[in-house]
Amino acid sequence: MYAYDELDRTLINERVSEFRDQVKRRLSGELTEDEFKMLRLQNGVYLQLHAYMFRVAIPYGTLSSKQLRALAHVARRYDRGYGHFTTRQNIQYNWIKLAELPDALADLAEVGIHAMQTSGNNTRNVTSDQWAGVAPGEIEDPRIWSELLRQYTTLHPEFSFLPRKFKFAITASEHDRAAIKIHDIGLRLIKNADGETGFEVLVGGGLGRTPFIGKTIKPFVHGRDLLSYVEAILRVYNQYGRRDNIYKARIKILVHELGIEKFAREVEEEWKQMGDGALTLDHAAIEEVRSRFSYPAYEKLPHMPDELKQAAHDPLFERWRKNSVFPHKVQGYSIVTLSLKPVGGPPGDATADQMDAIADLADKYSFGEIRVGHEQNLALPHVAKRDLPVLWKALDRIGVATPNVNLVTDIIACPGLDYCSLANTRSIPIAQELTRRFADHDTANLIGRLHINISGCINACGHHHVGHIGILGVEKNGEEFYQITIGGRADENAQMGTLIGPAVPYAEVADVIEDIVEAYLALRDRPEELFVDTVKRLGVEPFRERVYATR
Amino acid sequence: MTSPLQQKIKITGPSMVTANRTWDGVVIYRTAAKDWSTELSNAAIVRTADEARALLAESVADDVGAIGAYIAPVELKDAGKIAPGNLREQIRSEGLTIELPVPA
Repeated sequence: MYAYDELDRTLINERVSEFRDQVKRRLSGELTEDEFKMLRLQNGVYLQLHAYMFRVAIPYGTLSSKQLRALAHVARRYDRGYGHFTTRQNIQYNWIKLAELPDALADLAEVGIHAMQTSGNNTRNVTSDQWAGVAPGEIEDPRIWSELLRQYTTLHPEFSFLPRKFKFAITASEHDRAAIKIHDIGLRLIKNADGETGFEVLVGGGLGRTPFIGKTIKPFVHGRDLLSYVEAILRVYNQYGRRDNIYKARIKILVHELGIEKFAREVEEEWKQMGDGALTLDHAAIEEVRSRFSYPAYEKLPHMPDELKQAAHDPLFERWRKNSVFPHKVQGYSIVTLSLKPVGGPPGDATADQMDAIADLADKYSFGEIRVGHEQNLALPHVAKRDLPVLWKALDRIGVATPNVNLVTDIIACPGLDYCSLANTRSIPIAQELTRRFADHDTANLIGRLHINISGCINACGHHHVGHIGILGVEKNGEEFYQITIGGRADENAQMGTLIGPAVPYAEVADVIEDIVEAYLALRDRPEELFVDTVKRLGVEPFRERVYATR
Repeated sequence: MTSPLQQKIKITGPSMVTANRTWDGVVIYRTAAKDWSTELSNAAIVRTADEARALLAESVADDVGAIGAYIAPVELKDAGKIAPGNLREQIRSEGLTIELPVPA
């Protein structure tokens, strides 16, 4: 956990006071909506179909139990008793009242949580691997650098009015759980030949209307130069990024139009002019941030405790353990993923009661720490293996032990037309129906790893382009239709999926997905071949034939 | 962003003006009495672009009371009952098509 210092606390509290005054002036009519809109957006407040939506940042996906209880409190006190975890390590509340928002922000500020820059044309919440600091084989904890970036970008005056929103993601593991290739800037922490920490820097990734996979702009930037180099990128973007057309304003368009080589030359030139200045991170500055992260006092524990051996006789426990429990860098400990994808439930939602119970379990079994992943699930990052059986029972009681992590029912979905003012179609009911179709765990297990992503419009908040199966809602003559893509992926081998054919109506989507999955089971050359690898080997044609032969 | 009043207004059937209430975001409808109601059944119905423009203009003028006013289609059922004209307005008027995680 990162401990905020006095400066952080002052900043957050001052922001609450400032926003309280702005809301007061808006409600009295002193500020018009045109004047107020940008101010509310900079504090994570959108207007959705039914009400205001309030987006709260969870920097690099790390929460303390105290913070999770505060999120539960906001859900209960100011909303309708639940929150929605997003694909960018935020939580959203869907029914918040503008008049009560300053109080909600003040309550969150007490535990060091805020909503700054969760919206608007500025640098957004810096995201990272939800297993940061505990994943085996990780080069080092990427959250140190995430935090440095968070501090540097928060309220940065030069980058508060960018052409469009700007998102960072960082990973330090070979397997990319942070989806860095679909971010404006993706950072992969690496070591050079001298063992020094640095970053492969990718730029220009993003989804939405015009999707691009990020391109490597510099294979190694030394850690001390991280801030100056990303500032050089942001300056070039700020200067040349288009402000005349919202659909062409993201950095991905600039990189695409200039070409990565020319864009890189512009950045290099800017970077050279900046020279070794105030942005160069000295060792002490990095260590100061590192020192504010606390790590658990792990015990020396056996790899296979008796409790685990005994519980292995329970097939339900074993099913959950094999699906939702992952190796930890410290012997005797595990990372436990908590599925927020119950059969028939809205993906990524958690009730206030669940949040409180998870906070209690984190205190008891995970050194008071919880993680949020971009897949819209939670994790307890430090669970002693001996505690797994009792933890499983407790998680099951509160409905977050569905053993479907990374399986076909672990669906990523945006809120869609049920909530969102931008959406053309619904996402959640499609996800719910699919979880019911594939509810049988043996079937889901037989299918194996399969990521379904659903977006209710082209803005792609459900990351449909990079789903193994992507579902995009489009409106046709007032009716909901859905385009299906296959073969996408968001990991270190990220790529966009390929459209398999004409859009299908709402009522047929689940049937089509079942057809695709049945085709995969028939076409894969062995049970271990993942869906996405079968698509890579055979292309989309066999799937297209299967789906459209009878339609 | 173009003001709603500067956008070309084209309506193909009976329409109303809807917005969200400023202080709490609740869905509201412009009434014939130049006020707002949370009930679609109280919405003022317009049938021409000129009527729609006028209704939108008075709605937008209430910047303190409402935000995001726009024209939306309705269907007029038997006995003059007003029904939402598309799925979006149906969801705004009648609520989500899914159950909330915590029952209201």
